[in-house]
Amino acid sequence: MGIRNKLFRREKENGSERPPTREGSPPDRLQCASPLDVAQATDIGRTREINEDAFLTLKAVVGTSDPPSPLALLIVADGLGGHAGGREASTTAVRVAARALITELLLPILMNETREMGRRPIQEIITEAIISANQSVSQIESDAGTTLTAVLVADHSAYAGHVGDTRLYYVTDGKATQITKDHSLVSRLVELGEISPKEAQSHPQRNFLYRALGQDPELEVDAHLQRLAEGSYLLLCSDGLWGSVSDQEMLEVIYEAPSLQEACNRLIDLANERGGDDNTTVVLARINY
Amino acid sequence: MSANDRKRSLLDRLKSAEPPQKPADETAQPPGESAPPPAGPPSDVPPAPPEDRGPSVVPDSGGRDDEFLSTGDVLQQRYEIRKFLSKGGMGAVYLAKDLRFPTVEKLVAVKEMISAIRDSVTSRISLETFQREATILASLSHVAIPKVFDYFHQERRVYLVIEYIQGTDLESLLAEIDYPLPQDNVVNWAIQTCEVLNYLHNHKPSPIVFRDMKPSNIMIRDEDQRVVLIDFGIAKVFQSGRRGTMIGTEGYSPPEQYRGIAEPRGDVYALGATLHHLLTRRDPRKEPPFTFQEHPIRDFNPSVTPEMEAVVMRALAYEAEDRYPSAEEMRRDLLAVLGTSQGTAPTRPSREERTPVWSFVCQHEIRSSPQVFENAVYFGSYDKSMYCLEASTGEERWRYATDGGIVSSPCVWNETVFFGSEDQILYAVYTRTGRIVWTCPTDGKIRSSPKEGYDHVFFGSDDHRVYALSAKSGQELWRFDGGGPVRSSPVVSGELVIFGSDDGNVYAVDVQSGEMRWKYQTDRAVQSTPTMAHDMAYVGSTDFSLYALDLDNGWPVWRFRTKGRVISSPWVSGNVIYFGSNDHHLYALDARTGTLLWKYATKGSVVSSPRVSNGTVYVGSADCHLYSLDGETGNLRWRFPTGGPITASPAIGAGLVYVGSTDHAVYALPTEQGD
Repeated sequence: MGIRNKLFRREKENGSERPPTREGSPPDRLQCASPLDVAQATDIGRTREINEDAFLTLKAVVGTSDPPSPLALLIVADGLGGHAGGREASTTAVRVAARALITELLLPILMNETREMGRRPIQEIITEAIISANQSVSQIESDAGTTLTAVLVADHSAYAGHVGDTRLYYVTDGKATQITKDHSLVSRLVELGEISPKEAQSHPQRNFLYRALGQDPELEVDAHLQRLAEGSYLLLCSDGLWGSVSDQEMLEVIYEAPSLQEACNRLIDLANERGGDDNTTVVLARINY
Repeated sequence: MSANDRKRSLLDRLKSAEPPQKPADETAQPPGESAPPPAGPPSDVPPAPPEDRGPSVVPDSGGRDDEFLSTGDVLQQRYEIRKFLSKGGMGAVYLAKDLRFPTVEKLVAVKEMISAIRDSVTSRISLETFQREATILASLSHVAIPKVFDYFHQERRVYLVIEYIQGTDLESLLAEIDYPLPQDNVVNWAIQTCEVLNYLHNHKPSPIVFRDMKPSNIMIRDEDQRVVLIDFGIAKVFQSGRRGTMIGTEGYSPPEQYRGIAEPRGDVYALGATLHHLLTRRDPRKEPPFTFQEHPIRDFNPSVTPEMEAVVMRALAYEAEDRYPSAEEMRRDLLAVLGTSQGTAPTRPSREERTPVWSFVCQHEIRSSPQVFENAVYFGSYDKSMYCLEASTGEERWRYATDGGIVSSPCVWNETVFFGSEDQILYAVYTRTGRIVWTCPTDGKIRSSPKEGYDHVFFGSDDHRVYALSAKSGQELWRFDGGGPVRSSPVVSGELVIFGSDDGNVYAVDVQSGEMRWKYQTDRAVQSTPTMAHDMAYVGSTDFSLYALDLDNGWPVWRFRTKGRVISSPWVSGNVIYFGSNDHHLYALDARTGTLLWKYATKGSVVSSPRVSNGTVYVGSADCHLYSLDGETGNLRWRFPTGGPITASPAIGAGLVYVGSTDHAVYALPTEQGD
């Protein structure tokens, strides 16, 4: 008994130790609550003729563990090219990436056969799924391309891979942090302090991406890892949203909307009110505990 | 000689790397000739138009019938269109025959600018651009610049007639081969390019900035293999202090050009970017902008000499004042590169001589890391003793003799130092006097270093077990069977004890009960000690990879492959994880995603673990040196030679870095800032 107490005496000076029990784990009566909520919306906007955004959301709650753990796949792709090629590129990319991620990642987790998956790291699987999507998009007959951002939410972590300027934000504690880095020329110039974010909005090369699917057989994918706090959100959106709605406005909508779906709808409305000159897609996930 | 033969001969010439015949400082042609007579029929111009660039058929203009000229069209009753050559941003370029010279085949290039352009944004500046090119070109006279023959309007379009350069541009050339261009050729072309840039920058009354330096604008003329600069469309007369619009080709343009500043040193940068592309095959338009410094040429093309790499990298300095102040100075350095033979060893920049504050010699190799605690340094030696020395002077306080070599590192806690020996026993010895407190026998040699947590000591043994003992009394709490010898040290984090085994698994065991929570299988023995940070356990394997495992469930989040076994234990500082590999490198990766930040090549396996203090990384190598590197960039600060391979990790304390070597000595060296 004495030994056990000693074992779990917390070393107060050593702040880097993680406490043995997870903070914020739900009291018993909330075992039936949903650990993760997902909502999504897409809109053609006010000036375009086709919606070249494509997306996929898939959510599962695995009740075989205690507490039940959430599992979700969120993917958004924004087709480039201006012709119908953009739509074909984005839908192909989403389908191919989703297929690989579901087969190689979601299924083993769901079937609790993580040893099968265990051979290959999560981020490698995500990167390879996006590279597969790149190959499929490259085979389309035009030189259309697409962005792609794919996020796997498992338990309290989000693993993401992305190419392009479709953004993933992590919203917690009243702050929105952009997780993905835009692969756009202007973003690099802002990063280097060459131009201000305001100048970036109207820069003539603001739509120029130096990395996208369907442009090059060799593709580098950016990987991200974000631990998720209780009550936090993940926002995945195409440039139709972030190009005309500020981070602060996004925050307000998310926190004030009566429901997650309502938040998605309102964000799209905002983008349309600002001119709607691009397609807009929004995916929102909330981590409940 | 057909065009294909000509192309092939250029490639053949590449392989035999003949420099051009003319001397480098040839004077420019006499100025002021507006319609010069042909310089004699070029001997290799065939009667039929050559199959150079572009298709021989005028391209489909997509429904706009009048967009392009057709073969046979005649402009100004003088220029007969032979074929379409290429399409630029402003309009098309055609090959035409000058009918004024009916008996000879005088070929010219006709550049056309279509005034009715679909995109209203560019149409306004297009005409200005075109006129500018014409004006600038007409005022120039240089062997590497196409001559202007004529300029006129016809049917709402504007035309520029310039010298037709028959040859291959460097972008097309690179596309035809699949290896980087040989350094000698590139240096020759670069020297000639610097000459013409120098001419432009020294132009009177005002310097001309080319602004569009890139491989496709450097043509190698078939006739004499000389460089010709083409496409003066956006060249501009330099006006210091004036800012214009951003213009240029992404990827090659210098940072200040995006702010509208176009000055001669920008051309130097763009030439550097061009050379970087030619020597590495990495197209800067496909990479994040301004990342050249992160991709040294020799990483991609080791046949490039360090001198050449240095010239290109200086041209690519981010700030204009750090670059070559002129193309002429760059040319001089390039001439020097041409003079150095291949294989000259790069001169090592002189480093501050690092003298140890003290050193202590014992009777055998020191393979384990020292521990520094309260002015004392503890370390074990293969001579079977554990030593305690005064940290600032190296004076011996005591030594404790065991019956086996000590290869594990000691652990200090509460006036006790714990260490294992190859005599199979774990010792707990009083720090002040070196007297024994307790011992714990096991059934195998102990090579793993003990670690303390929650007043307990955890360590592994070659008898396949991991033991948890009370630190005070040595009483066993639990033992766990690891399936194979456990040489890596167990690490305590939260509720878990994590360690690797020679059976290839990484185990996570409950610290309280010794029950397994998860395990992760790698392909080979795991001898490196895990490090915990960011909710992950990082551990290297002899399967050549470093793994990042989720602490909760053991899922592999990412893996980084090296070319050698990873025995070194990683070290995390902030968002960066450092570790060594038997492939001789020390690596620095982003701890969350495993992306490579930099790597440093030593000359021997890096078995020891790095330590970071105040932004400096210290690590030993089997090449006998202790290295001190800048943690952010991987640049070498200094290195200290010892008499034998270093397998032990350094320890830092009291303003000194301590390291043991297999030359039987422990050294204490001053750190960068004496922290």
